[in-house]
Amino acid sequence: MNTRLAMTLLVASGLALSACAKKAPEMLPPEPGGVTPSQTTGGDSTAPVPGSQADFVAQMMGQDTIYFDTDRFNIDATDQAALAAQAAWLGRYPAKRITIEGHADERGTREYNLALGERRANAAKNYLVSLGIDAARITTVSHGKEKPVALGSDEASWAQNRRAVTVTID
Amino acid sequence: MKKLIPFLLAVCLPASALLAQDATPAASAAPSEVEEDVVGTLDNDARIAIPAFATNADVPTQTSAGTTSTLGFQVANVIFGNLRNNGLFKPTGPSSLPRPALSQVQAPDYGGWRSRGADMLVQGYVRAEANGNITVGCYLYDVALGQQRAKAGWTVPPGEWRRAAHKCADMVYSQLSGENPFFDSRIAYIAETGPKNRRMKRLAIMDSDGANHRYLTTGQATALTPRYSPDYKSILYLSYFNGQPRIYIYDLTTDRQRLLLQSQHPLFAPRWSPDGKWILYSMAIGGNTDIYKMPSAGGNPIKLTDAPGIDIGGSFSPDGTRIVFESDRSGSQQVYVMNADGTGQKRISFFGGRAATPEWSPRGDQIAFTHIAGNFRIAVMSPSGGSLRYLTDSWQDEAPTWAPNGRVIQFFRTTRNSGKTGLWQVDLTGKNERKLDTPVDGSDPAWGPLRP
Repeated sequence: MNTRLAMTLLVASGLALSACAKKAPEMLPPEPGGVTPSQTTGGDSTAPVPGSQADFVAQMMGQDTIYFDTDRFNIDATDQAALAAQAAWLGRYPAKRITIEGHADERGTREYNLALGERRANAAKNYLVSLGIDAARITTVSHGKEKPVALGSDEASWAQNRRAVTVTID
Repeated sequence: MKKLIPFLLAVCLPASALLAQDATPAASAAPSEVEEDVVGTLDNDARIAIPAFATNADVPTQTSAGTTSTLGFQVANVIFGNLRNNGLFKPTGPSSLPRPALSQVQAPDYGGWRSRGADMLVQGYVRAEANGNITVGCYLYDVALGQQRAKAGWTVPPGEWRRAAHKCADMVYSQLSGENPFFDSRIAYIAETGPKNRRMKRLAIMDSDGANHRYLTTGQATALTPRYSPDYKSILYLSYFNGQPRIYIYDLTTDRQRLLLQSQHPLFAPRWSPDGKWILYSMAIGGNTDIYKMPSAGGNPIKLTDAPGIDIGGSFSPDGTRIVFESDRSGSQQVYVMNADGTGQKRISFFGGRAATPEWSPRGDQIAFTHIAGNFRIAVMSPSGGSLRYLTDSWQDEAPTWAPNGRVIQFFRTTRNSGKTGLWQVDLTGKNERKLDTPVDGSDPAWGPLRP
């Protein structure tokens, strides 16, 4: 169901999946929107440049990050919806590449958490690929438990830290 | 730096006149008597007097300690610190004891030491050699019996004077405990500073007592999980130098580093074999992490594990024939053993909860690991997975590393909420636990072998 939603979004954005997957980035037309910051018009400097990381974050409204249960790396329905939204954005900007950063909470040993973060980032990557995003556009990196966003030592903080964050490469 | 290249100690200097005078010492005490002493010592917390070392002439030295007289005090103080910190002994240091005259070094005032309540006496001398080197003579006396127990001497370059003190402490420790020495060793670890979400993690090294501390990396790239090579010439560690976790090898003789191997995949958990000929590493491909080994001199890697999921880490048995490692193939982190060629993989941890970061004792008899059942605790078990014993009980203790003699373990402890980390040490009884002094927070301790 979520997959179908993603398909719809991609089609709605005017890009056939096959085109997205097969064409090399340099073959594609220039991205919509300004590529360089200097092109922004003076008045509305608060509006992110379409296709930029700031635009991605603004458009995703939190869905640039997916969350995992303790010791798990499966993509649940909420994650699927978030990844579908990411896929739709990536469909609009087919020259954009992304890095998926995998993280773990502090309640695991350091090395295992590095491997677990990598596994989570790959789970997100694989799902995006299943939605038609070219795997060559996606890199992963694990930070294990080394870069928490929530600083408490409690279940609520750990839940926020077990995450995979998609970051676009400008 | 050149300074860090371990210079070989001249063992039992023939040039040492004091030692030469006494060619056949009482080191040949009946073994049965020694055996009794050991038991008594361990039970009774031997009171060891360690006065300042004497000198033949108070002259300037090129050491950081000053003249031979102040150096004699500092040598005794280092020995005092070593022996005080392991819980087996009750030493008294040079600050509160009279310094014997040079003539008393081989003829101790037994009566005077008895009246001070000393069971054992460690004393010696310091002499500056013409070429700038320092000779240290070290003597252990049984005050109650009025007998010399052991003696040794070393000549060291001035920058390594602390090693002579560690060697002396090692001699005393071995004599009185019956265990192998461990003080003359070094530790690599990760020095941590900054708030929990922006923690700077630097590679650092120090002597086993925290002296000669040095940062090896600047902290611009996160460094993790160091391991000293068995010859102390290099350190394997993980760095995010190019944004991705990769394994680097830091050459301590040149202060240069290089990638262990080129890879498009993340690499974790570097380890040496005890003979230094092999390196273990873990590599993630498509999220699936497996353990590999490669010759340290270069050559083709061999894949050792092939289970779906995370196989990571690894620690060789002292004879190099087996590897203990961590895998979540059963659904949670557990400890497994395999032959060094990857065959015969078998789970050994069945304690409930999770079992992680196994490290084989240098003695071969035990495996230290992190047991996770609610809290994280340092524990030991036999290589077959029996005899579980907890050594620590705190919120989060992880990553044990063995002292060269397999009797003491270091690990790191994380404080709840603040995320602050510290290096800790515990002996195998679990009773003698203490925090190590480091300039800043510390994690991932990696204890090297006895220095060559």
